[in-house]
Amino acid sequence: MARFIFMRLLQAIPVLLVVITVTFFLVRLAPGGPFSAEKAVPPEVLKALEARYHLDQPVVNQYLSYLGDLARGDFGPSFKYPGRSVNEMIAAGLPATTELGLYAMCFALLIGASAGVIAALKPNSAQDYIPMSTAMLGICLPSFLLGPLFMLVFGVWLEWLPVSGWGDIPGDKILPALTLASGYTAYIARLSRGGMLEVMSQDYIRTARAKGLPEWKVVLKHGLRGGMIPVIAFIGPAFAGLLSGSFVVETIFQIPGLGRFYVQAAFNRDYTMIMGTTVLFATLIIFFNLLADIVAVWLNPRLRDLYRGKGA
Amino acid sequence: MASCSPVPTSNFSHRLRFLSNLFCVISCLLLFACGNGENNVSTGLASQTLHWGNGAEPQELDPHIVTGIPEHHIIVGLLEGLVLKDPQTLEPIPGMAQSWDISDDAKTYTFHIRANARWSNGDPVTSADFVWSWWRALQPALGNQYAYMYYPIVNAEAYATGEIDDFSQVGVKAIDANTLQVTLANPTPYFLQLLDHYSMFPVHRPTIEKFGGPAERGTRWTRAGNFVGNGPFTLKQWDLNRLVMIEKSPTYYDADKVRLHAIRFYPTENVSTEERMFRAGQLHVTGSLPADKIAVYKKTNPQALRISPYLGTYFYRINTKIAHLADKRIRRALAMAINRQQIIDTVTKGGQMPAFSFTPPNTLGYTAENGFTEDIQAAKALLAEAGYANGEGFPPTDLLYNSNEGHRKLAVAIQQMWKKNLNVDITLNNQDWKVYLDSVTTGNFEISRAGWIGDYVDPNTFLDMWLTDGGNNRTGWHDDEYDQLISEAAPAAKVRAQRYAHFRRAEAILMDAMPIIPIFTYNSTHLIHPHVKGMPSNILDYASYKQIYLSED
Repeated sequence: MARFIFMRLLQAIPVLLVVITVTFFLVRLAPGGPFSAEKAVPPEVLKALEARYHLDQPVVNQYLSYLGDLARGDFGPSFKYPGRSVNEMIAAGLPATTELGLYAMCFALLIGASAGVIAALKPNSAQDYIPMSTAMLGICLPSFLLGPLFMLVFGVWLEWLPVSGWGDIPGDKILPALTLASGYTAYIARLSRGGMLEVMSQDYIRTARAKGLPEWKVVLKHGLRGGMIPVIAFIGPAFAGLLSGSFVVETIFQIPGLGRFYVQAAFNRDYTMIMGTTVLFATLIIFFNLLADIVAVWLNPRLRDLYRGKGA
Repeated sequence: MASCSPVPTSNFSHRLRFLSNLFCVISCLLLFACGNGENNVSTGLASQTLHWGNGAEPQELDPHIVTGIPEHHIIVGLLEGLVLKDPQTLEPIPGMAQSWDISDDAKTYTFHIRANARWSNGDPVTSADFVWSWWRALQPALGNQYAYMYYPIVNAEAYATGEIDDFSQVGVKAIDANTLQVTLANPTPYFLQLLDHYSMFPVHRPTIEKFGGPAERGTRWTRAGNFVGNGPFTLKQWDLNRLVMIEKSPTYYDADKVRLHAIRFYPTENVSTEERMFRAGQLHVTGSLPADKIAVYKKTNPQALRISPYLGTYFYRINTKIAHLADKRIRRALAMAINRQQIIDTVTKGGQMPAFSFTPPNTLGYTAENGFTEDIQAAKALLAEAGYANGEGFPPTDLLYNSNEGHRKLAVAIQQMWKKNLNVDITLNNQDWKVYLDSVTTGNFEISRAGWIGDYVDPNTFLDMWLTDGGNNRTGWHDDEYDQLISEAAPAAKVRAQRYAHFRRAEAILMDAMPIIPIFTYNSTHLIHPHVKGMPSNILDYASYKQIYLSED
């Protein structure tokens, strides 16, 4: 197992290096610089700014010194926000984004898995169609539509929950988490339905039923184990997706997360911020995929034995 | 997986249980965070806390670095210049200076700084603070994009651009602790207006030097807890992308008159969310309103809607270096063939004012004469004269705008009007903001959308940009008489009427040559809760926080 993890970590290094290099040169190739503005920037000011951020040096030198800083864990100063370092902005934004992703994951698992199991118990009945078509709707409705819809219904009309903010007013975390969860809920519902359907037709389920076990016990004790395997494998990539894909929800609900910075940085040509967030998200995606594989191995003894060198 | 059980291990249940326990703990934490909703507007009334939709996260709070409107809204609470503006008339009123004398030649200003003016740490505000702050603002290393606001002062431009190194040659002197003398290169009637711009605000020297070099960008002096200001409020909290809170300053000379206890600024980038926050009682004031909501508010909640003229012009730039656009008859024909009122009624829907000159009407009493009329027949005739009768043979022309739904709709409408009225084909080209800026700055466009907001209330801020090779001209157009009027005749004028006459003449030249097509005068659009009092509208969209209070009547 340790060897497996070690090998995977080793593979991550060249991947990250490629991501860094490609991003570094791509952002500099894009037309328009970080300091251009509607009102003309006087040449002496532009020169001072470029000198301040070392943009007056050859690109290769900039690249090498960036790699050096990165090795020391320094993402550099933000161009757009002069008083902030990228490290500081990530430190400020990541907790909210992670928290949002975590809550969304919980909602997605809770609602998605229940819906999937319920649907799988009576396939091709109303009990199947209703949750599954709702799930389909969840996949289809984009968050920029669902978010405002939730805000209107629960915030403006019913006045149950605040329409924006993060930790300012009690309950302001619910609507964004639900909105972000919707697509994943739907996908998890379909995954768990598929998993459950397959498991429930297995011989050992029939055996369990033949033993005279009550149906709920058959489902919860014997069915869920196998039925949830596809869902568990999905959690890792899903979490990476939730973290890096929360931009829309963060904007709509005014959440001080990282997703907003990520997209704005690209529009602002805030080179260091683009680099910092890209490297961070790339690392997170690699990490969560690794985690998903580890959990899969951990739960599946055949794979585990494989990595222990016992063979299948 | 067909014949054997997929997970034949007894450990599995434990692990699954572990995962589900973890999951339950997290769910409980989440539920713990929930509760009953509260309303900022009602709590704000009791505590005199104003909740302000501020449009974006401020880049910085250093007045000599920032350039934007969200930053302006916060900084004017924290710092104060020599003069303030009357929120009704926009005429200068005493700020840090309780009075000032202007010499007969209108070139020397002597400011008398209040004896009771204090920084928020208790230090007195002195004339030396201004001299040092202005020295700092002109340091090239700071990258101050508004350094040009100082250029009316003797030698300020030479110092900022590195022509001279000796700051003592710049026309700013501390006569004594409370007397500041400023010498101008030319009489500059709008000089007092400039003093209320944040780029000319004083900063607290010991604080800045405590956190870094005087001309160092982005040190920690602007953080909550570090910031020392001289304005009616002090910086209490600054959470990135979440909130900036300022609280009433006890050391402010006019603290007795400040009725608000605190202002909370929210970075409301998404205008639709901002509008919903307003409806849910989370905001007192919004920074703007989505265009499609204006009609709704007019019908359902007109008392909350505030639309007022704004000191800015929406226009199209024409690149006069493109062969067929070098002909002013074509430029005029294009300008005359647009139905502005129709665009305002059906596209922008904000009740803006059609523009027939570049400077917005009634800019401190100045209104230009209309430079042209909307006349399709005359436009056709001009086009025919230029060799394109009925638009035949008109070269394909590109209309550039930055990617934005509002600009796109407007460009489509104008494209259709030009097709219908003049039978010329225009292709629309949208570019991401920074790419668009690059294209416009490098002259890589034919016709491009633009907007200009005045830096101060004076026609000069609209007209000096069209000087030959002006950084914001970008049209390639130049005219010697125009240059002479703006840079020599107008500054030398003895009285306002004479000065405005020069401006009118210059603007007539500009509109005759038509390197730009004015489309409309901007509006500022806000939602303002009825509790908010003491906030009159004005063309600068300027709010004086010390006069604002919250009340139910």
